[in-house]
Amino acid sequence: MAAITGTVPRWLQRPSGYGGLWSWVVTVDHKRIGVLYGITSVAFFFVGGIEALIIRLQLAGPGNSVVSPEVYSQLFSMHALTMIFLAIMPLSSAFFNIVIPLQIGARDVAFPRLNALSYWVYLFGGLLLNAGWFFGGSPGSGWFAYAPLTSSTFDPSAGMDYYVMGLLMLGIASMAAAFNFVVTIINMRAPGMSLMRMPVFTWMTFVTSLLLATAMPVITVALIQLGFDRMLGTHFFDATAGGLPILWQHLFWVFGHPEVYILILPAMGIVSEVLPTFSRKPLFGYPFIVFSGIFIGFMGWAVWSHHMFTVGLGPVANAAFTVSTLLIAVPTGVKVFNWIGTLWNGSIEYKTPMLFSLGFIALFIIGGLSGVTHASPPADAQQQDTYYIVGHIHYVLFGGSIFGLFSGIYYWFPKVTGRLLGEGLGKLHFWTMFIGMNVAFAPMHWVGLDGMPRRIYTYESSMGWDFWNLVSTVGAAVVALSMLVFLWNFFVSVRKTELDAGPDPWDARTLEWSMSSPPPHYNFAQIPTVHGRDAFWDQKYAEGPDGIPTPIPSGGASNVEEHVNIQMPGLSYFPIITALGLALTFSGLLVHLAVVAVGVLVAFFGAYGWAFEPAEEAEEGH
Amino acid sequence: MSQLSHAAEHPPTTTGLDHRKMVMWAFLGSDCLFFGSLIATYLLYKGKSLVGPYPADVFNIPYTSVSAFVLLMSSLTMVLALAAIQRGDQRGLRIWLAATALLGAIFIGGQYFEFITFYHNGLGLTTNLFGTTFYVLTGFHGAHVTFGIIILLSFLVMSFRGRVAPEQHLNIELAGLYWHFVDVVWIVIFTVIYLVEAPNIV
Repeated sequence: MAAITGTVPRWLQRPSGYGGLWSWVVTVDHKRIGVLYGITSVAFFFVGGIEALIIRLQLAGPGNSVVSPEVYSQLFSMHALTMIFLAIMPLSSAFFNIVIPLQIGARDVAFPRLNALSYWVYLFGGLLLNAGWFFGGSPGSGWFAYAPLTSSTFDPSAGMDYYVMGLLMLGIASMAAAFNFVVTIINMRAPGMSLMRMPVFTWMTFVTSLLLATAMPVITVALIQLGFDRMLGTHFFDATAGGLPILWQHLFWVFGHPEVYILILPAMGIVSEVLPTFSRKPLFGYPFIVFSGIFIGFMGWAVWSHHMFTVGLGPVANAAFTVSTLLIAVPTGVKVFNWIGTLWNGSIEYKTPMLFSLGFIALFIIGGLSGVTHASPPADAQQQDTYYIVGHIHYVLFGGSIFGLFSGIYYWFPKVTGRLLGEGLGKLHFWTMFIGMNVAFAPMHWVGLDGMPRRIYTYESSMGWDFWNLVSTVGAAVVALSMLVFLWNFFVSVRKTELDAGPDPWDARTLEWSMSSPPPHYNFAQIPTVHGRDAFWDQKYAEGPDGIPTPIPSGGASNVEEHVNIQMPGLSYFPIITALGLALTFSGLLVHLAVVAVGVLVAFFGAYGWAFEPAEEAEEGH
Repeated sequence: MSQLSHAAEHPPTTTGLDHRKMVMWAFLGSDCLFFGSLIATYLLYKGKSLVGPYPADVFNIPYTSVSAFVLLMSSLTMVLALAAIQRGDQRGLRIWLAATALLGAIFIGGQYFEFITFYHNGLGLTTNLFGTTFYVLTGFHGAHVTFGIIILLSFLVMSFRGRVAPEQHLNIELAGLYWHFVDVVWIVIFTVIYLVEAPNIV
């Protein structure tokens, strides 16, 4: 220890201790990083929700002028960007972080400091993307930002620059996290946990991480090209120099469609954990669910042009993408049938996580079916750019992803905090959200088929869309109310002094429930050996002569915190320093090259300090 | 049975591969998509420039072939550097690391000189689609090589300070993986840009 003290300046010495706010800044513990992801993404979810409410207020009646057309464009663009990149993806990431090491029997992820870097880059990227609300305007050209409409000729506002820099940073965060989880899941499983014994949530995280690692570089290139066009005057999307607008569309959707599965697969994984637990049955058709997930991930790469049916790619391309799009509905349907098979004959408990998972199935079927209707180019030509599409994506992303993620919040909250969320308030939350969401989004299908265009800040009364738009707005208000119920439930629960959850409140099946809640920082005092799927269930129950599970007397989880001395990764300043350097670099590109230079230096300093800092805390000399 | 007893020994990783090696492969796989998108853009715009200069007006293929050869040879010296540290030969490690970095630097110098020459021949970043796609694709490749040189020089300095122990040869191997990848990408880029003939549609 003395030698290290001699060479490293005091303020750079490795931070120690687990108390106080500062310990969250330097943490590399996957559970704490997961909590940071969770809190940040829920905060952004509320920001995106407020944007949605303003949009709905503007559309509540014909000819409204709550906001100007310019602000309206920024609102719907930022609503989409916030919900996709700052709420759903990182909330999924929160569950990857909290759950995956516990489910596979590991003490942390493969690269704990890289994990911290992902979080900080995500946070700074999210702030940069939102900086436009305070400095010079937000991006207002939709989340897809079709070039050349977004080139500096047609959109000289600062908003698109925030879009480019913010998304580049978020891409770095996503790729770093994806590499981390790919390696963690392949390489850190407990003895005996073969691939086909992995919990389905782990499987879906794996597929999602592979999609992130491969899709993010494509949008990165598109953003670099757009940024070069805007800042340096290159011609990637400049039609006057021969550039093709369709290049952006292809690059964007080659990323954009895998992105859709990046948003939904984690929720499918959560549902596949919750349903067996509350049906007290193993997951029906485990291999079918796993291979369907893999197939969805693979086919996600082969359907992107169905976003471009009205571009005029020609009948051959349209037909090919119709076939692949119809094909991808098959594994999704297989999953739904297997989930229903899981419920069949189970002893179902309608706890709040279960309600959200059942809501997921119902709403995702509706969203999936409306999605299949625009797999057909003639039908899509009718629906393109109408509220029908808005209705569809909200059924799959709100009814699907968000319901799945809330199911996860109610399911794993006791594991993270040691406290149960209130059941009564939880059920109230579910029903208000379920009803509100249907009232808000179902009418969009009718007005959409009636021709109401999306992304238009108002409409005329003579079009006959007044009533259903008002209904949608009322529904949005009900959803907002349900979120207040959730917040209330959340704050009541975290302030409970008594840890009422216990290690295994749901009598669940996977390894994360085998330790105390909240888990000790080393997770497992002893790494478990896995003998089958549902590893923890097998420790608790043996199959009786009549096929009925019988409890094993010594089986359950232990709530006793064993005092073991396990070497864990040490706290570190360097992830946040490196992330700050990156944030300075990317925001500096919008301000001054001197800031970029400082940012690059800081990032290099952080990276070098990181490389020379041993991953584990130095042992104290005696 | 032998598998069971093996599992009980708590292997450091499930596959036996080091985490860092696996993450390097994941990163390289991801980087393939990065270069793939840039190369696809170049191919899409090949021969689509509305004004000159066109590739045939500026390319000096023998010159670029020599610099490509230099970069490929740096892969050989990289292999020799890894072999040196694996047998604990610090002096060999330093020589071959320095040689690899030097060859990389010659390639970058050649690219710099080529860019300057093209620029004097009227091809700027914003002159036409060819300039835009050419400079951005080869520029990002050059940035990768430059980053690799920084890493190699870092290891060189570490070796002089006695901080590259033979049992840490994985670090050198990872740098090598990255370096070879950047070389292989150049083979593709060189072929696509310099060797495949494009029609000049004006």
